[in-house]
Amino acid sequence: MIVELGHFCVVIACLLAFLQVVLPSIGLKQNNAQLMASASSLAYGVFVFTLLGFLALIHAFVTDDFSVGYVASHSNTRLPLQFKVSALWSAHEGSFLLWTLVMSIWTMMVARFSAPLTTDMRARVLICLAALGFGFYLFLLLTSNPFERALPFYPAEGADLNPLLQDFGLIVHPPLLYMGYVGLSVPFAFAIASLWGNTLDVSWARWSRPWTNLAWAFLTMGITLGSWWAYYELGWGGWWFWDAVENASFVPWLIATALIHSLAATEKRGVFKSWTVLLAIFGFSFSLLGAFLVRSGVLTSVHAFAVDPERGAAILMFLVPVIGGSLLLYGARAWDLRSRVTFKRSGRESFILGNNVLLTVSAAVVLLGTLYPLGYEALTGGDKISIGPPYFNAVFVPLMLALMALMILSHRSRWWATDRSLLTAGQGVFTAIAAVAAIGVSVVMGPIKLWIIGVAWLAFMILLNLGYELHRRVRLKSNPFSRLFNQPLAVYAMVLGHAGIAVTALGIVTTVMLSEEADLFMAPGDRAEVGAYDVQFYGTNNIEGPNYVADRGRVEVSRAGEIIATLFPEKRRYLASQSIMTEADIHVRSLGDIYVALGEPLENGAWAVRVHIKPLVRFIWFGGILIALGGVLSIFDRRYRAPVARSSRQAPPAPSREAVHG
Amino acid sequence: MKLGAMKPQRRNRLLLILGLVGGLGLALTFVLKALNSNINLFYTPVQVIAGEVPMGARVRAGGMVEAGSIRRSDGSLEVAFIVSDLAGAAFEIRYTGILPDLFREGQGVVATGTLSQDGVFFAEEILAKHDEKYMPPEVAMALDATRQDPLQP
Repeated sequence: MIVELGHFCVVIACLLAFLQVVLPSIGLKQNNAQLMASASSLAYGVFVFTLLGFLALIHAFVTDDFSVGYVASHSNTRLPLQFKVSALWSAHEGSFLLWTLVMSIWTMMVARFSAPLTTDMRARVLICLAALGFGFYLFLLLTSNPFERALPFYPAEGADLNPLLQDFGLIVHPPLLYMGYVGLSVPFAFAIASLWGNTLDVSWARWSRPWTNLAWAFLTMGITLGSWWAYYELGWGGWWFWDAVENASFVPWLIATALIHSLAATEKRGVFKSWTVLLAIFGFSFSLLGAFLVRSGVLTSVHAFAVDPERGAAILMFLVPVIGGSLLLYGARAWDLRSRVTFKRSGRESFILGNNVLLTVSAAVVLLGTLYPLGYEALTGGDKISIGPPYFNAVFVPLMLALMALMILSHRSRWWATDRSLLTAGQGVFTAIAAVAAIGVSVVMGPIKLWIIGVAWLAFMILLNLGYELHRRVRLKSNPFSRLFNQPLAVYAMVLGHAGIAVTALGIVTTVMLSEEADLFMAPGDRAEVGAYDVQFYGTNNIEGPNYVADRGRVEVSRAGEIIATLFPEKRRYLASQSIMTEADIHVRSLGDIYVALGEPLENGAWAVRVHIKPLVRFIWFGGILIALGGVLSIFDRRYRAPVARSSRQAPPAPSREAVHG
Repeated sequence: MKLGAMKPQRRNRLLLILGLVGGLGLALTFVLKALNSNINLFYTPVQVIAGEVPMGARVRAGGMVEAGSIRRSDGSLEVAFIVSDLAGAAFEIRYTGILPDLFREGQGVVATGTLSQDGVFFAEEILAKHDEKYMPPEVAMALDATRQDPLQP
């Protein structure tokens, strides 16, 4: 019964989303402020009913209601409670319900925090969001209904959740990632609403910025967590595979990163207006395209959802009008958006332009490599190919190095033009310090590698220049310490974000260059050397978990005769599905991880054992966290809060351009 | 009109456009070159035994792991097994290392590696099905091309 109620709630949410499109649109036509304002109240309604539907499905999972087909195929009575809840978004139907819930959350937040917008701008933004939401609900209800009952013959026991997904990663990774993916619909809606109302001025950029930063921070966190999860859970020790599904989230991230910078330039200086709009459109379009690629099964991926071409066609039917329509609107409205503002080659605008060019080109080459197999298959009539990681590394790495080089100087740049002395002051000393530090890192970490020295030099130059800029901002004051804490939050946000890039880059280059990886044949008592470490295997014993049995190995890792860690990697067999899972054990040290996983059992108690030494691998995710924190911090900057507070107290919003002309 | 005789603003713009076009062309050349040298074609068992795989080229090939064909060597991680399309075409794959958890007899696998002169495929990487319901599209195609599904007579 509760399941049917949940289903019904989602149907109501769908209808409310439809009303949220229609009523304010009529309001816009008749200039009826009340109808326009209905968009916000409806947004709350959509959220409440989606949440009810979502809770109903959670209830079905928690109470093991296997008459619901989706629950039966993804849960099991023996599944621990937290995984019963997160199993909801472990496959296509449920994860799309989560997607619509996230969409309704963003729409509601926009309704809540957009009071200072003009009435019709606000209505337009909410109409755009509701229209997207309506499409999502239709797709959910018509092609991917998670509430469907498998009556009358339903199983007494569920098929269980894929063991790889029975993990903390599943609990946090998809919700964060979806907050990012779907959050990009907000700047998209702002852009479309402005094009639609012909109100594409600087205030548009100002309103979009905090939303874009927040969505981007979620996306950053989602991708970072995904990488960390893949590392410890898949048992391969890899943290990025250039897999189609990973790329599907990475391309929107690259575009969104370009967007947050270009929005800054548009807001502060009124430059790149139409380009920024285009980025906002592409950011969300690529996140939709990613959803299509992942869910339609057109691409081969290690973690594609179950394949269903019909669904793919449905998403495509949604994708084409949304992307095509917005580009048409862009073409019709944005062509006369010539900015009259100029800037010098040394101005901050130039640095942001460089950032945008590099990021969009990298997005393009990643997308090309991801879609190339599809095009190839279509052109050659069915020849299957795959594009290996060497392609992505070859094209992506140089672009990122150029981006880091650009970043070094960017912190010191000023809008319009930068004094040459401001850019060059102290750089000689910094170059020397960074070079010494970079060589130091390389020496400490192991055999000297030019790649590490080069990238570490770039990273230290970025950090030193960030420090210089902070110092320059505080030194003028009599009490530098209090001044340090009085900078606008946006400054700290930038410092965190860019420092995060430096940290991640350092982690990546060290891990890639110095990782030691060995697959070993080990009988109990065998000893082997991996890098600077000695590894001794003591065989396995049987253990029992809540819903699995496992062989648990004991591996001692020592260095120079001294035992550093004893690790217990497991090979699990989950009872319900009889599937085999590798549970790696990782010893985390400040300078790197020791990663041990069991391969397969061989004769006489011997095992295939995988041992990886991964120097500085944690830096990759630590940097990602810093970047995301920067994004979150930026939205609390006073500049974004002030207008909201002011308008609630006083002043009718300024009339939009249309209202003035009309 | 000579370049020097143009208005500085126009000349700058022309140079900018030329630079952009040149840079873009160069970048595109590099990208396509990188792309072409990293294409891994997929071959079905029929194509492998028919000798369609270029010797020494890095390609992908796959099929179903034949029951009872898995042989391991003592004291090392070397493993050899036969993959087939269940319709008579089969070839041997050799691999040294840890096989994926889902590697099993009767399951579909895709291997990346090179074919040797004597028809043995030396794999550098083996991918198996991701879950019970998922079949690598290449393997499904290889099977479809040569036989009817035995479950649907």
